[in-house]
Order: sequence, then structure tokens, then C-alpha cells
Amino acid sequence: MNDNYQLNSVFNYRETLMSKAKNYIQDFPVLIPFFILLSSILVFGLLVGDRFFSAFALTLILQQVAIVGIIGVAQSIVILTAGIDLSVGAIAVLSSVVMGKFTIDLGLPPEIAILCGLLCGTFFGAINGVLVAKVKVPPFIATLGLWMIVLAINFLYSGSEVISAQTLSTEAPLLQFFGNKIEFGGAIFTYGVIFMLLLVVLMSYVLSQTAWGRHVYAVGDDPSAMMLSGVNVDRTIISVYAIAGLICAFAGWALIGRLGSISPQAGQMANIESITAVVIGGISLFGGRGSVVGTLFGALIVGVFSLGLRLLGADVQWTYLLIGVLIITAVTIDQYIRKEVSS
Amino acid sequence: MKYKNFSLKNTLSVLVSAFFLLNAGSSVAASTSVCLITKDATNSFFVKMAQGAFAKSAELGVELRSFAGKYDGDHETQVAAIETCVAAGAGGILLVASDTKAITSSVKQARDSGLVVLALDTPLDPIDSADMTFATDNFLAGELIGQWAAKTMGDTSNAKIGLLNINVSQPTVGVLRNQGFLKGFGIDIGNPSKWGDETDSRIVGHELSNGNAEGGLKGMENLLAIDPNINVVYTINEPAAAGAYQALKALGKEDQAIIVSVDGGCPGVDNVANGVIGATAQQYPLLMAALGVEAISNAVETGQMPSATKGKAFFDTGVGLVTGSPVSGLDQLTVEEGKNLCWGG
Repeated sequence: MNDNYQLNSVFNYRETLMSKAKNYIQDFPVLIPFFILLSSILVFGLLVGDRFFSAFALTLILQQVAIVGIIGVAQSIVILTAGIDLSVGAIAVLSSVVMGKFTIDLGLPPEIAILCGLLCGTFFGAINGVLVAKVKVPPFIATLGLWMIVLAINFLYSGSEVISAQTLSTEAPLLQFFGNKIEFGGAIFTYGVIFMLLLVVLMSYVLSQTAWGRHVYAVGDDPSAMMLSGVNVDRTIISVYAIAGLICAFAGWALIGRLGSISPQAGQMANIESITAVVIGGISLFGGRGSVVGTLFGALIVGVFSLGLRLLGADVQWTYLLIGVLIITAVTIDQYIRKEVSS
Repeated sequence: MKYKNFSLKNTLSVLVSAFFLLNAGSSVAASTSVCLITKDATNSFFVKMAQGAFAKSAELGVELRSFAGKYDGDHETQVAAIETCVAAGAGGILLVASDTKAITSSVKQARDSGLVVLALDTPLDPIDSADMTFATDNFLAGELIGQWAAKTMGDTSNAKIGLLNINVSQPTVGVLRNQGFLKGFGIDIGNPSKWGDETDSRIVGHELSNGNAEGGLKGMENLLAIDPNINVVYTINEPAAAGAYQALKALGKEDQAIIVSVDGGCPGVDNVANGVIGATAQQYPLLMAALGVEAISNAVETGQMPSATKGKAFFDTGVGLVTGSPVSGLDQLTVEEGKNLCWGG
């Protein structure tokens, strides 16, 4: 057996290596974004030098991607069901506005206001879920509509007015909770960053180890088979969108920590940025395959490119150009894997 | 049946006469209707500007229609708004352009159709594409905060300057403020009509803030990654300044840098009061809008166009330097005076 294997490997060394690599990538698609992340850190480290390769700069990237990373987790579970959520950023911002206005204007205790903000996010997420599962509106359309509705409510309710960092720190420091930080050396970890990392770990566990998690993958893979096996598809879909809304509300809370203030104008590109992170992270837009760890890597890759290129003094358009190339490459690889699996 | 026919005829004649009446009504209204087109409907600067325009219109009995881009930089919606105003037979347009160059062809069409087009806040490129511009002297606004920063520092040879501009399209208002600031601070600005070509080594870098807190925060973080010892920060507006302060504060460096800004919104003046912003150049959007509405109504009725401030290519609506730490040799407003004149909530 062993001899046979060795013989085989002598003759077909190249092929074996290729197919092994292919198998690995199929089994662990997260390897690709991980490899891209590592090599981009190395390349920028070599090009920029100490300013990039410092604990300060590397942890700064974590801070800059924290919000997109958290929203990316929400986007991931939706895309795993072969859906998409364009309303994520709007839900996050409205939730943060609710937390701020309920505390400052209505005089509620911050704990209650935060709870209301979290409920607000869950509520709008659930509406997305009901529209998709029960009314059978395509996810793109349902969430496109809700994106505009929620954003309009956000601007109408807030009057486009910012609640300043100073007001919050004197009247409701709890709202800025995720801005607290742990420092050692030059490294800075905000609570927002730690929350993002914990959320990724928690959601990875839930998706891989619980019945609900397997249902999420199954809904994206083959909903009719799932229905036949007696699982309630509609309820799974509604729960996924509602939880995505809840996670977005947490992102809104974390956004207050990052900005210090509450800005109704913030987070407007979060839907596109989170979809970018998800796609670069190797989650299939056709649902059923990928992991939230991949999304974290996807968000980090974008963060590394943005900061690295800025430190190199490159025009910001280069960032967009390279991210565009990465997106298309990632989806090409996804299509290739799908073909391999089905053949 | 007969009754039905009669009723149909009757309805038709009512409709026809209503149509003529409506038409007559709109042709009367057309001579006194004004369009306001802003960059977006979410920035409180434009929200306040619209309020100023509506108040003045009500006072003068002018009909005002308000349009806005979906976001700052949304050129297409502004073009569509101009077309709508021309089609609606408006007497004139007050325009805060997102893309100051590209919009000029639409503006020309509107003027060729007989509309008066006044640029508010942001001059078109070239400035004479509009009949007149009602704006802050943005270069002067920048110059004032630049001079204030230089005087506050005293010895500027060790200055490390971070610049938080607006966006890649380098809109005129951003260029004027940035170049004014650098000139006021005592730096050779090279080509005055673009930023980024300066060679002075005291400049650490230019970052883009999109004029909001989120962008200001990220831009300042990037600048601090380039040089952690930045001690002078120019910001395009006060939300960006608040973001920059947050980035400095997160590193415990909020006392190492002077932050200057432009706008004079009430939250910005509050930030001058509590030390977030060292000085800000205050502008007066309500005044711009009110003067603009008045000028269009006047031009439509009498054919008389507003004239520019002496020595300038536009009508200067004024600028005031607001600071809590005055320096000698500059006209300055106290925080209290700034609060009395501020806009936005």
C-alpha cells in the first residue's frame, strides 16, 4: 500500500499535488482568502516597511474593518441562504440613531434605549425575512425597498442631525461602550474589534455545530429537499434575516463607539462593502457554501489594501481597482469549484 | 342614456376649462417660481439652506420647489432636476452643484431657455457659467484659519500638517479652502487650482473625508499612521473635524494637534467652545438662500441681475472667524457671537 502510494507519487507527483490542492480548497475554501490576506500583508510590509508592519498599523486595520466585519457576518448568513441584504447599513445606522435619540431626546436610561435599538434592527430584519419567505419577493428587491425605507426613516427621524461625542460621553457613555480599548505595546484593540472577533467565532460554531446552522446551509443548497425532510424553510429564512437585523443593530452600537458620535450619514456604503467582504471571503452568492471566517478575511483584505496603498501614497482609485480585480477573481474561483464539485 | 351623454359632455367641458385655467395659472406662477437644487437633502447645511429659501419665498410670495441629489456627488439627479425646472417653466434656479464642471452644459441649456441660474455656496467651473454666485469667499475662509493656526503656533518650522479634504473630484470649494489654508499658514501652494502639488515637507499628507465624521476619523487614522506627530490639522468641515478629533483622542493625542475647520454650524461652534476645534471660519447658508430667492424674483420682475461684490467674481455673503483662543492681528468672533450666528441644530 505504502509502496504503491510512493510509486504513484513519483510518477504523478505533479498531478497528485494539484488534485490535493484542489481537494483542500474544496474542503476549506477559506484557504484562498487566508492566503491572499497573508501575502498582501507581506507585500505591503515589504513595500511600506515599519510604518505598515507595526502593531499600531496592523491593529488599526482591525479597527477600520470592525463595522464592515460585523455587518459582514449578518450578510454572510443571508447569502448562505442564497439571499442578499441591501438594507444592512441602513438598519445599522437607524438602530444607532434610535439608541441615541431615545437616550438624549426621550430621556430613557441608555440600557433601555440600546434594547430598543436592538429590537429595531431585529424588527426590520424580520420584515425582510417575511417578505422573502412568505410574500416570495426576491431578496434583492425586498431588501432594496427596505434599504430606501429605513434610510428615509433614519433621515426623517434624526433630522440629519449629529449627536456629538461630547454629549454622549457626558450623558450616555454606555452608548460608546464599543469604543473602549485594550492596549499593549503599540497594539490597540477596541471592544468593537473584540466583539467582531467573538461574533465570528460564535457564528462559526452555531453554523457548523447546531441544527439551525445546518438548516441555513441547506436552505441555500436545496430548499425543496429540505422541505421534504420536514424542516420549516420559511421559519429558517425569517430567523436568518431577523438575526442579520439584530447583528446590524449591534454594528450600529459598535459604530457609535468607533465614531464617538451618532451620525445619520454614516455607514451608507456598508451594504456594498459587506457584500464585497463576503464575496472575497469565498462565500458563494448561490448559497450553501462558505464560512464567516472567510468573510472576516475578506474584510481584512480590503482593509490591508486600503491602508497599505494609502501609506504608499497611491491614489485611492487604485484601492477600488484592486478590490474590483479581487472580487472578480474570487467569484471566478467559486464558479470553478462549483464546476469541479458537480462533475 | 341621454343623461349619461350629457354628463360626459359636461365633464369634458369642465375638464377642458380646468385645463385652460390650470395652464393660465401655471403661466402666471412661472414668472415667480424658483427651484432650489442642493447636493443632497441630508447634510444639515443644505437642510438649513432650504429652510432659508422657503422662508424668504413665503415672504415674497414666490413658489419654491426644492430638489436634491441622493448623495453628495450625485450629478445625474441634479441634471434631471435642472431639466424638470426648465420643463416646469421656472423663473430661475438656485444651484449648489455637485460636479462644478460637468453641470455647466445643463446650466447653459437652462439659461438659453431664459432661466436665471444662480450658484449658491459652490462656484461653477468656470465661475461665469452661472448668472451670479452667492457664496462664502472660501479661499478667504481657508486663509483666516491658516493665519490663526500659524499665529497660534508661533514658530511654524516644526509644523506637521495633516489635510482632510473632501473627495477625489477636487470640487472648487474644497480646493479653495485647502489652498487658502496653506497660503494663510505660509506655505507655497504651487498651482492654486489643485491640491496635492505642494512640495513643502511640513505637509504630511492629504486624505479624503467625504466631509463627514466617519471619513474624518478614517482619514486622520491614516495620516497618523504616516506620521504620528501631526500637530496641525486642516479639515474641510466640522463633521470631518469631529472625526479627526476622535482619531486623535483614541490615541491620547488630542492635545498635540490644532484642528481648524470651515462652516460655523451650531454643532461645530459647540465644538469650538469645548476645545475640539481650535478655530472655524463661519459661513452663512440661510443668507445665501434668502439673497438668492430675492435676486431671482427681482431679476424675473425687473430683468435686473445681481452684481458681484467689488473686486470679486461673486457676491460675497461674508465669513467670520470663530475661536475661543483669539490671536492678535485678526478679526475674530467669540464663541458667543458665533453661536448667535450659527446654523443647524
